[in-house]
Amino acid sequence: MNAPVISTRRDILRYAAAGSALVIAAPISACSRRPADAAPPPLAEPTWFEGKVGGFVVINSDETITIAFPNPEMGQGVDTSLPMLLAEELEVDFNRVSTVQMPLEIFRGEDGNMAWKYVPQGSGGSTSVPEHFDALRQAGALARHLLIAAAAARFGVPNSELVARGGVVRHEASGREASYGVLAEAAGAMAPPNDPPVLKPSTEFSIIGKPQKMKNARAIVTGAPLYGIDAEKPDMLHAVMTRSPYFDGKAKSIDDSAARAINGVIDIVKVDGPTAGAPYHVLAEGYAVVANSLWAAMKGRRALKVEWDHGPYADESSESFKDHCASLLEGDGQVVREDGDFNTAFAAASETHEAYYWEPYVSHSPLEPQNCLADVTDEGVEIISPTQTPSGASRAVNAALGVDREKIKVMPTRIGGGFGRRLSNDYVVEAALISKAVKAPVKLLWTRDEDLQHDFYRPSGMHNLRAAFDSDGKLVAWTHRLASASKYYRRENVPESGYWEAELYPDDFPAGLVANYKVEYFSAKSGMPRGSWRAPAHTANAFVVESFLDEIAARRGEDPLQLRLRLLGEPRDLPYGQHGGPVFNPGRLAACLRLAAKKGDYGETLPEGRGRGIAGHFTFGGYCAQIVDVEIDGAGNLRVPRVIAAVDIGTVVNPNGVIAQLESGVNDGLSTALRLAINVEGGRVTNANFDTYDLMKIADAPPIIETHIIDNGDTPSGMGEMGIPPLAPALANAIYQATGKRIRNLPIADQLRV
Amino acid sequence: MQRFKINGRMVDFSGDPEMPLLWFLREEQGLKGAKFGCGAGLCGACTVHVNGVATRSCVTPIAAVDGAQVTTIEGLAKDDALHPVQEAWLEEDVAQCGYCQAGQIMAVAALLETYPDPTDAEIDQNLTNICRCGTYHRLRKAVHRAAKLKSGRAS
Repeated sequence: MNAPVISTRRDILRYAAAGSALVIAAPISACSRRPADAAPPPLAEPTWFEGKVGGFVVINSDETITIAFPNPEMGQGVDTSLPMLLAEELEVDFNRVSTVQMPLEIFRGEDGNMAWKYVPQGSGGSTSVPEHFDALRQAGALARHLLIAAAAARFGVPNSELVARGGVVRHEASGREASYGVLAEAAGAMAPPNDPPVLKPSTEFSIIGKPQKMKNARAIVTGAPLYGIDAEKPDMLHAVMTRSPYFDGKAKSIDDSAARAINGVIDIVKVDGPTAGAPYHVLAEGYAVVANSLWAAMKGRRALKVEWDHGPYADESSESFKDHCASLLEGDGQVVREDGDFNTAFAAASETHEAYYWEPYVSHSPLEPQNCLADVTDEGVEIISPTQTPSGASRAVNAALGVDREKIKVMPTRIGGGFGRRLSNDYVVEAALISKAVKAPVKLLWTRDEDLQHDFYRPSGMHNLRAAFDSDGKLVAWTHRLASASKYYRRENVPESGYWEAELYPDDFPAGLVANYKVEYFSAKSGMPRGSWRAPAHTANAFVVESFLDEIAARRGEDPLQLRLRLLGEPRDLPYGQHGGPVFNPGRLAACLRLAAKKGDYGETLPEGRGRGIAGHFTFGGYCAQIVDVEIDGAGNLRVPRVIAAVDIGTVVNPNGVIAQLESGVNDGLSTALRLAINVEGGRVTNANFDTYDLMKIADAPPIIETHIIDNGDTPSGMGEMGIPPLAPALANAIYQATGKRIRNLPIADQLRV
Repeated sequence: MQRFKINGRMVDFSGDPEMPLLWFLREEQGLKGAKFGCGAGLCGACTVHVNGVATRSCVTPIAAVDGAQVTTIEGLAKDDALHPVQEAWLEEDVAQCGYCQAGQIMAVAALLETYPDPTDAEIDQNLTNICRCGTYHRLRKAVHRAAKLKSGRAS
């Protein structure tokens, strides 16, 4: 692991005394996205939380300690894992620490661009822990230094004779000691160190790597108002919307007389939709019913009569889109990587394999529907919302309203499920537009049908894989051809020739391990809005690659694990140019596969109707392999009694959180593979609620999930996403073993029914 | 006019009797623990107890609870002592995003009244609340733990 480097005194952490509390801000030197030569930002002012929290940590004279987490919490556990990093260097009992969400903190640099005041604050791409691993430990080390300096002044001894531990600074020789709470006020007046504090080696970690329970669990189990949907402001109005169900559809006519007649309804506000084909600021044209109560707004929505034209995609259906993808694959696509000469090698090979796979559109469907409390006034804008990208919310409001970003305050709340949906801030824009129109604070709440029918769906597509072996059994040629509707559609500055980058990661396994290797993309047309869905393209690509390997192994009469291990080979770094790089080490994936196989009794002879499948994948810097067991009865009813997983995400911060995310990934992957598909008919989504989008319940969830962690001390990666990709292929491979039936189309739905 | 009890406190309601109980609790009583998930009684995020029965408040018109005793997650703990189900939830560290958990806890608290020591099959048949984060593995363990905590307290 690289030690953090702080090059100049200017970069050293900033801090301030606020009342009797020591308030520590964060280093911006560790922020990769900060413009390199931006002026040092102003000292953090504790403007939120009633002035109690400015930057990252507040130590009060009553010994209470609050640590702020910069990234929005959506269930991935950053309300615990990120404060653990700071607490490790601060030398406090983590049980005494409470944690709190930090508001969006950005400022305008000298170049005129907005920059992070402390550290990046988005939740996505499994980046929170790796991005903040050094910065938050530095913040904790600075706080500790200042407390030691305050004790040194108090005792009249040099800093070097003092030790901070467990919230107390102690002078061993004299036995004198003082608690952090006693020292806090004086610490705020201490000078910063000339040299950056030295961080602990990992061998001395006492909090990092030790399982910690989630910090805000008690608030959750007692029903505390933590979420965006719970936010309120005095004199706040309520809004619900009806939107064009047709992609890029417009209203033909509207009759709002009955809606306006509902007691409590104040106004009907039109929200303009995007220009067809242009980037989305909101997802669809719509009408907001604004009322003095939520129920009045909902009744008004029911009474609102809008007739929609069917838009430019009126002929699109799930079937037509599938046919479109199939016909694209008959031609030649855009070659995005080619090593050697695939076509020649494939034609000359003695043994070839080919298969087609299909992935449907799926929805994020977080259980908390989209919502936002917006207050647009002449002075500025206040946003309180469950967003994964508070800075993106600020940007989106600025683009829609033209308000200076320094006058847009964003308070991210705890998020009732993100999964990538709330990387987009369309609902924030809607709320801001409505608030501006009615000149009052407005809380916009989406209904479930609107949430299911207006999403940035995970792209759907058809995959064609081919592989060839020589007479010695060596894999000599491999191609992955994908026809899909890319999520990079309708983005600023992304030409169609760049759409592939969101859907195919050309350095994914088995790239670099096959002499003749080719990746080809076909851009399909669809009116569906698309976006990032937990582990984006890895979910689709792991399913097809890991299923195809299993098919090949079966046809060759080779064990599927052994085939993978001989392809992966020894530990070494292969270049990896996509997110999660810069290297992919096939040996680490092999180690996960071996460990999962050992713990999951891979290869054991199973009774009739039972199957055990294996798959592994490298996702955003993390390695994960899974063994999935299935039991299938005579009628084709499927049960998954057990999943055994091995993960390698480098240095582990909170093992309890890693296990929770693995369990979440397994269940999300299983739920999605079993029954989830968004269906399109006549240019609109037809799913309308959880009866037609059948999220898994406890009855189908594996009663046994085991997580085995390989903590090799390497640079940490995140854990939010790598638990999902191996599940679907390991499941399909287990089904094949149990039944001889190969699942090539997702979801599984009724394919096993007899 | 409707008159009923919420968490032991008598309340009066004279508004639209069609309004779902959920909105009365959340918007008029300031009890935000019950959550809106689907509005159709499909996900269970809004689960409360009506006369001790787990009830999906998003599809329960307020007229239907006239004279009833309603208990929400905020009223589950007695005198600051957490309910065994809440305790079990903390011990197993169930929650991730946490949005569904108040509804899950209310559903499980009612389940344990009918099945004091539920089998896995009884859990599967009777617990139909959706957890989008997929905390089911710990949730199941917490149900069994809650059953033990509850019987331990009773004995």
